[in-house]
Amino acid sequence: MEYMIRFTQVHETFRLAEIEALAVLEGIHLEVLSYSPSSPFCFVNLPSEDAAKRLVKRSILAKAIYEVWGSGSNYLDLHDNVRGLSQHLWPLYKNCSFKFSVDSFQGSRSTTEQRKLIEEFRFLGFDGPIKMKGAEQDFCISEEWQFDAAALGVHQPQAVHLGRYIGGSEREIIGKYDLKKRKYICTTSMDAELALITANITLAAPGKLFYDPFVGSGSFPVACAHFGALAFGSDIDGRSIRGKGKGKPDLVANFVQYGLTNQFGDSFVADLTNTPLRAARLFDGIVCDPPYGVREGLKVLGCRDPTKGKEPIFRDGKAHHTEEGFIPPKKPYSFLAMLDDILDFATLSLVDGGRVSFWMPTSNDLDQEIQIPKHPCLQITSVCTQEFNRWSRRLITYKRIPDSEVVAGVAREQRTKETGVNADDLNPFRKGYFQGFKAAFR
Amino acid sequence: MKVLTLNFLTCAVKACKSSSASFPLHPKDCELVSDTIEANPALIYNVLPRVDWAALITTASEVNPLPLSSVSPSPSSHLPFPPPNQIQVPHKRMETDKTNKESREQLGFPTLPAQPPTKEELEADEKMMGELHTLLLETQISEGMLRCGNCGHEYRVKEGIANFLLPNHLV
Repeated sequence: MEYMIRFTQVHETFRLAEIEALAVLEGIHLEVLSYSPSSPFCFVNLPSEDAAKRLVKRSILAKAIYEVWGSGSNYLDLHDNVRGLSQHLWPLYKNCSFKFSVDSFQGSRSTTEQRKLIEEFRFLGFDGPIKMKGAEQDFCISEEWQFDAAALGVHQPQAVHLGRYIGGSEREIIGKYDLKKRKYICTTSMDAELALITANITLAAPGKLFYDPFVGSGSFPVACAHFGALAFGSDIDGRSIRGKGKGKPDLVANFVQYGLTNQFGDSFVADLTNTPLRAARLFDGIVCDPPYGVREGLKVLGCRDPTKGKEPIFRDGKAHHTEEGFIPPKKPYSFLAMLDDILDFATLSLVDGGRVSFWMPTSNDLDQEIQIPKHPCLQITSVCTQEFNRWSRRLITYKRIPDSEVVAGVAREQRTKETGVNADDLNPFRKGYFQGFKAAFR
Repeated sequence: MKVLTLNFLTCAVKACKSSSASFPLHPKDCELVSDTIEANPALIYNVLPRVDWAALITTASEVNPLPLSSVSPSPSSHLPFPPPNQIQVPHKRMETDKTNKESREQLGFPTLPAQPPTKEELEADEKMMGELHTLLLETQISEGMLRCGNCGHEYRVKEGIANFLLPNHLV
C-alpha cells in the first residue's frame, strides 16, 4: 500500500536516515518510491496502516503519514487519479465524521480558496458530519509549489496530492527538550532536535543500554533516555558531570527535570583512550559528539613531554596522585586518531547489530575535506550533513556486523599517527577553522 | 554508581586489562544508597547476558562491610549472604525523601545462585527478578574507593560519580 510521509523541510539529509532507522527498529519493510531533498513529501510502500503508524510515531523529522488517495500535476489530474485509485475506499468513510485541510508547501491559499479546493472533492460522496475538531477521519490536500512562485508570477502548484491521515509523529517534543528551558547545559550541548534525531538513528529504545563517552552536560543520554534506553555517559572533564557544586544543577538534574531518572544509567569520569570499561559487548548503542578543538579542546591523559612523569611524585611522604584534589595531567590529542579510537571501542563494546553514531566536522572545501573513517567490523548505515557557511558537520552512523560477516583479510587502514604536541598540529580541522579554511590541510 | 555499572568496569590501567585480578574492582570504605527505580523486566533480560555473573557474586559479597562469616564455599549451592540486619548502612541519602524511604532491610543483598538465571527462570521467579532489579539498578555506591586487585590503584567515588582518570605514570 502506498503512503505519503510529510517531512519538515529542515535537516534534509537526516530525514531518510531517520525513517530508515525507525523502519529497522520497528521491523517494518520500507520501500521508498520517491524522495527528493527539495520536497517535504516522500512516497513509500508499507505493508499496512499499522506499520505506517508505527513508522512515524517517534520520528522527529516527519510530521505525519497519509494513505495516498491520489496525485497529479494539477487538480484535474488529481481528481481523475483519485477516481481511479481510491474509489473502492470511498464507501468505507461514507458516514463517519471528517475534516479536510489544505497543506501548501512554499505557497499559500486564502481560506476562500481552500474552501473552494475542498468543495471540489464533493464527488467523494461523504455524508457524515464535518468536524473541525476531533473528526474520525482527516483528509489533507497537499500542494507543492515551485520555490518563490509568487515572485515568479506562478499561480498553480506543480503537484497536488490527496491523502487520508494515518498518524502523527513526536516532533512536538523538541519544545520540551529545548536547550533554552533545560536546567543544565554547557557550551557544547547538542541542539535538542539533532540529539533526538541522533538517538532515533542509533535505534535507542526501551531495555537497551546506550553510552556517550563525551557526555558533557548529557544532551545525548537525555535524548536516548527519552526513547526508553538506559543511558550511560562519561567525560574526561568531571566538572561537566558534577556541575558547579552542591545545590547547583548537574547532569543528573536534566534527567530529573524531564522525569527520566528511571532511564539514567550512570555517569563517571574517564578518558576513552584509557577506558575503565571492560572489553565486552556491553552496549546497544554509542552516541557522541567528540570535541574537535574549536569550542572544547580534545585532550587525553598523559604529559605533553613524553619523557616526563614516568614515576609517581611524592610530597611529604605521600604519593601526590592519591591526594583528593589531584588533577592528572592531560595532553592534546589528534581528532582523527580519536575517531579511530571510537571505532575500535565500538567494535569491542557493541552487540551485533548495535550502532555507533558520532558527529564529525569537515571543511566545505573539497580538497580540505576530512575522510570518513572506516572499520572492517562496522558498516556505514548513514551519513547526514548539517551545513554551515565554511564548514559542515556530519553525523556518521555505523552498524556492528557479526564477526562471521567481517570480510577476512581486510586489514584496518592504519592512519599515520600525527606527530606534534600542540593542538593545531594534531587537529587539521581546528587549524583550518581558525585560519578561515584557507591555508590549512596542505 | 550502580552495581550494574561496577560490573562493567575494570581497572583503567592498560597493563591491568590482561590480569583477571583487575576485575571486578573491589569497593573499599563505601557508603551505599538506594534509589527507587521503576521495574523494567525488558532491561533486566537484556542486561543479564552482559553481566559477568561471577564478578557480580563477588561484588554482592564485598559491598557488605562485614566479614562473610556464614558463607559456605560450596559452589553448587546458593551462596548465602549474611541476613540483612547485619549489613551496615552508614549513610542513606534517601532517608529524608518520603517516596524513596526504605528500610535498612531493603539494602540487603539477595541470595544469588551460582549460575545466572535464564530468561525463563526469571519470568517464573518474580522474587529473583525483584532482587536482581534492586541489586543491579537500585543499589548505588555514593562515596568510597574502588580498588584494583592487580595494581592496587584506588579510584575515588564521590557523590556517586567515580573518577577513573590516571596519573601520568600509569598512562
